[in-house]
Amino acid sequence: MEAVAFFAGAIGALGGAIAVVGLRNPFYSVLALVVHLVSLAGLFLLLHAEFVAAAQVVVYAGAVMVLYVFVAAYVGGIQEPVWEPIPGQRLLAPLLGGALFIELSIAVLGSSLRALGDEGPTIPAGFGSPEQIGTVLLERFLIGFEAASMLLLLAAVGAVVLAGRKREGEEAASEEATS
Amino acid sequence: MAVEWYLVLSALLFAVGAGGVLIRRSPLVILLCLELMLNAGNLALVAFSRMLGNADGQVFALVVMVVAACEVVVGLGLIVAIYRRRLPLNVDELRGLRG
Repeated sequence: MEAVAFFAGAIGALGGAIAVVGLRNPFYSVLALVVHLVSLAGLFLLLHAEFVAAAQVVVYAGAVMVLYVFVAAYVGGIQEPVWEPIPGQRLLAPLLGGALFIELSIAVLGSSLRALGDEGPTIPAGFGSPEQIGTVLLERFLIGFEAASMLLLLAAVGAVVLAGRKREGEEAASEEATS
Repeated sequence: MAVEWYLVLSALLFAVGAGGVLIRRSPLVILLCLELMLNAGNLALVAFSRMLGNADGQVFALVVMVVAACEVVVGLGLIVAIYRRRLPLNVDELRGLRG
């Protein structure tokens, strides 16, 4: 039963990832990424990471993807040119991706970690619950937690500065004032 | 399922994302492919957390999500700013910083 759930999630995640790369329309790519993220949340549930799975669905598939959908709709369909700046790019890039996969697989499977082959130790009840994650996050990683909150604040301010319409208006107004 | 299945799947997703970054030219899709790579890293972190029976890896995955959200916000702000200035949304033409 668990194997069926794993392969269903894996096929969803992999199909979503390939669709993100392969689809021509950026809007469809965003929707394919939603499929990928929801499948990945299912895999997280199989790994007993309930809080991470919930955060994945709420934060990623909910909030971040809405942002992507809005920007994709605002920018519209981007026509990617047919010409290739690097000759053979469409041939070389999948080859490099495949080489990266083989290299990572060798690095993981050849690491001779004994615990790789089994399901891991028996875990206590409540593993990955919000209670346990909150305890670890606020007791052992408090500084990282605060740094993450500062980073989010800075990113929000930076996005407003970058994409805000007001700044161009101010520039135009100052130009008019000087001229 | 053994943990190595999850790790191989994570490596495969990372490779797909890396290939997408190399192939695609639209900055929006390149950001999407970066998301693929970050999520592959998340899957590996959560799998290792299960393998060790320790919740620290899940906290790392949450922090990776925070970093990914910041990257998305700044990246999409840049894309909107580029679009407003009528510049081409193509990473091969936006190479003024290359020198």
